[in-house]
Amino acid sequence: MKPRQQRMLAVGLAALGVVIAAAFTLRAFQDNMMFYVEISDVVQGNVPDERKFRVGGLVVPNSIVRESGELAVKFTVTDTKNSLDVHYDGILPDLFREGQGIIAHGSLDENGQFQADTVLAKHDEKYMPPEVADSLAKHAAEKEAATVVDE
Amino acid sequence: MWKFLHKLASPPHFYALAAKMIPWFNISGLLLIAYGTVAGLFFAPADYQQGDAFRIIYAHVPAAYLSMMAYSIMAISAGIGLIWRMKLAHAVAAAAAPLGAWFTFLALATGSIWGRPMWGTWWEWGDPRLTSELIMLFLYFGYMSLRAAIDETSKADKASAVLILVGAVNVPIIHFSVEWWSSLHQGPTLIKEGGPAIETAMLYPLLAMILGFSLFFGALLLARVRTEVLHRERRSRWVRNLVLTESA
Repeated sequence: MKPRQQRMLAVGLAALGVVIAAAFTLRAFQDNMMFYVEISDVVQGNVPDERKFRVGGLVVPNSIVRESGELAVKFTVTDTKNSLDVHYDGILPDLFREGQGIIAHGSLDENGQFQADTVLAKHDEKYMPPEVADSLAKHAAEKEAATVVDE
Repeated sequence: MWKFLHKLASPPHFYALAAKMIPWFNISGLLLIAYGTVAGLFFAPADYQQGDAFRIIYAHVPAAYLSMMAYSIMAISAGIGLIWRMKLAHAVAAAAAPLGAWFTFLALATGSIWGRPMWGTWWEWGDPRLTSELIMLFLYFGYMSLRAAIDETSKADKASAVLILVGAVNVPIIHFSVEWWSSLHQGPTLIKEGGPAIETAMLYPLLAMILGFSLFFGALLLARVRTEVLHRERRSRWVRNLVLTESA
């Protein structure tokens, strides 16, 4: 083997070793790498004990209840299968609204409700002007109405 | 083909060729950035959720893209430098590092400025995309510090090439972080199944900005490699002749 080929092999093997090491490390940290816990896992009780965690889900429309004159707010988040009530007392981000994906950091109280100390809004990967979003929503509503009629 | 590559790898030839290429990179990059800025800031419609705040995409995405592109160029150059003992490749890697670090900083800063009003936080330690991008900034810093710490150029080349190759595993982690783990950062918009999830009036300025930033980066990189080559070859005959003819 020529020296150049030896060096090529050495670099290749070293790179392979690093990739394998990184893969094992990331696997080992898999649970900690999860930025948030799914609602269904929370409902089934698969949550970290004794420490705060994040839940992620969509804000259920018409579920937002505000105390008048205070920042305190209560709303329901869902992953479309299960849902969870969240209590929060603080300033909500601009993107917080009904149907929006949000991430709340906090813990479960004894009633199985989530007491959040931070609420973050998640943004999706879609970008479009408001008119397009409106017409998409309208078409979706029409389609839904049409399927109801068919049944 | 091989003859062309061998010629390209010769420092005096590269030095002269790069000088001819730089203006073209600068002009085309500047035109694209000018179009992208005007079309992105004034003509693209506001986003249905974020309003005008989405326009930071025209600086954030090109910067983030180039932060990873610069690192990839460095890793490939470092590999070529190690295997083929090509000095020009090491010079390219060394010249690209500060540029990559700046683009990484720009991506982190613009993301943070956008994240405060949109997400509700400047920074989230738990987010894999944010954290892996920050690790890349530290890799750039480590690379530059390591080079600065070793006096002998050929030793600095080898040691820093190993560092940059080991750190290269982070690049795919940054790219796929939003798909592998649940993260605060949204998923990919441009490269996804079913085509880009962005209105064309918003997309074209973005593509122009990505290409424009890349060309501008190319111009900066070529200029930096030229100075790097000049410094490395400062004792060689061609540099001496160059200096003598320039000053004559």
